[in-house]
Amino acid sequence: MTDWLVLSGILVVVIGFVARLNPLLVVTAAALVTGLAAGFGPVTVVSAFGKAFNDNRYVSIIWIVLPVIGLLERYGLQQRARTLIAGLRGATVGRLLVAYLVARQLTAALGLTSVAGQAQTVRPLVAPMAEAAAEQQHGPLGDEARDKVRAMAAATDNVGLFFGEDIFLAIASILLIKGFLEQNGIILAPLQLSVWAIPTAILAFLIHGGRLLLFERRLRA
Amino acid sequence: MIGLPALYALAGAMFAAFAALSARDRSNPRRLGNAAFWGLLAVSFLLGDQLGDLGNGLLVLALVALAGFGALGRGDPPTTSSAERTELAGRLGNRLFLPALIIPATALAGTFLLRHVPFVDPKQVTLLSLGLGVVIALAVCAVWLRPPPLAPLQEGRRLIDSVGWAAVLPQMLAALGAVFALAGVGDVLGGLAGQIIPAGSLFAAVAAFACGMALFTMIMGNAFAAFPVIMAAIGLPILIRGYGGDPAVVAAVGMLAGFCGTLMTPMAANFNIVPAALLELKDRNGVIRAQIGTALPLLACNILIIYFAGFR
Repeated sequence: MTDWLVLSGILVVVIGFVARLNPLLVVTAAALVTGLAAGFGPVTVVSAFGKAFNDNRYVSIIWIVLPVIGLLERYGLQQRARTLIAGLRGATVGRLLVAYLVARQLTAALGLTSVAGQAQTVRPLVAPMAEAAAEQQHGPLGDEARDKVRAMAAATDNVGLFFGEDIFLAIASILLIKGFLEQNGIILAPLQLSVWAIPTAILAFLIHGGRLLLFERRLRA
Repeated sequence: MIGLPALYALAGAMFAAFAALSARDRSNPRRLGNAAFWGLLAVSFLLGDQLGDLGNGLLVLALVALAGFGALGRGDPPTTSSAERTELAGRLGNRLFLPALIIPATALAGTFLLRHVPFVDPKQVTLLSLGLGVVIALAVCAVWLRPPPLAPLQEGRRLIDSVGWAAVLPQMLAALGAVFALAGVGDVLGGLAGQIIPAGSLFAAVAAFACGMALFTMIMGNAFAAFPVIMAAIGLPILIRGYGGDPAVVAAVGMLAGFCGTLMTPMAANFNIVPAALLELKDRNGVIRAQIGTALPLLACNILIIYFAGFR
């Protein structure tokens, strides 16, 4: 019976996100509820949460790029990105994002996962370029259409990263799989695993690339 | 040895500066809330290892209280107007892209070169090269553009204020994952998933495995947390040992089915919620909405790949 109780934290997360409460509050409440349900005392739970927060500080390291990005925006980086696209004949929002998808998948497949990202490339370059391409085709964008273009730029970065990186042999997920199978007596070389990332990578490109071209058409309507 | 502590010092100094500048920013009616929030984050980066576990826990609770009860506002540091930016962009031209490209280029070169430098922690070369790229790019900008001395910090603060509390959400979710692991949430869920597999149908078992990976990833926010649990509950006992599936296909494509789940959950905050804040989208779930149309068909494809390629 106590087993089932530890799932109460998941319930807190689901209800919290559906009710659109502040996610930091929701996550913390879920951690406390889960820890208490598992029979730990409040001090133990808060300490465990604090230790894990401290151990995971590297997750937030990416913010050190903001002063550079902000400074370049001050000198017109986003405007320049738009001008560059406006000067390219035949640059459409669909083709631009398809090109970015290919580049992101290929670099990730070579293990270069951090050469691009939401803070490093999407906000300063890809999103303004996509907006400029869309405006060149359709004229000024309304707020809703602009948000859709930006969201699609962010989505393209994620899809390219997720379905490129597993082709690389030494990426964390491949090593995790190898380790898990080894513990269970199944010995595989990383290459045997990473080749099986290729079919999904190709399908991800076809599905998302196709959606990008459709997205461009729907934007026109 | 240069490792993560050097980066943490850099990040801590940056957040401390954000806090100090926030405190002085009279354009923000909640300036003290912002100063406290970024100040606590600076303390975490600079002194986290000295605070002790309970100290860190209390620090987290304070961060959450500030964010959860609306103590954060948005600063409006002095910057250039849109018209000035267009003019500057015209004058500076495509050279503006060069400093932006220094960061990825340094990350790329450093990943290969720093590995063999004796006083650098080889496990952290990628993050360290990222930090090095930031420092080089800032130096180049300082020499070339001659901005006011505080401009990089003020512009950084402008962006971090637009992201707001979402800036620490990914780290907080990683911490929640650790608490889930401590409480054994994965084992309970995995046991549940193992019980509901219909017997006798290979296709149903494959579908349950792939959907279980996606669903569990959506709950945990991370396919890495889902993988060992779902593999132990379904993949290994039923698909590989029971039906004799190819372990390479089941495991590799199963992980990718989990990645489809990552595209559809607010729990994967650094991929889905942070960009919505960074791009100033009105809809916090806008990025997820843009991804569902790719994630669901791709999940179906992964089921078919496991079914046809894994059981020849």
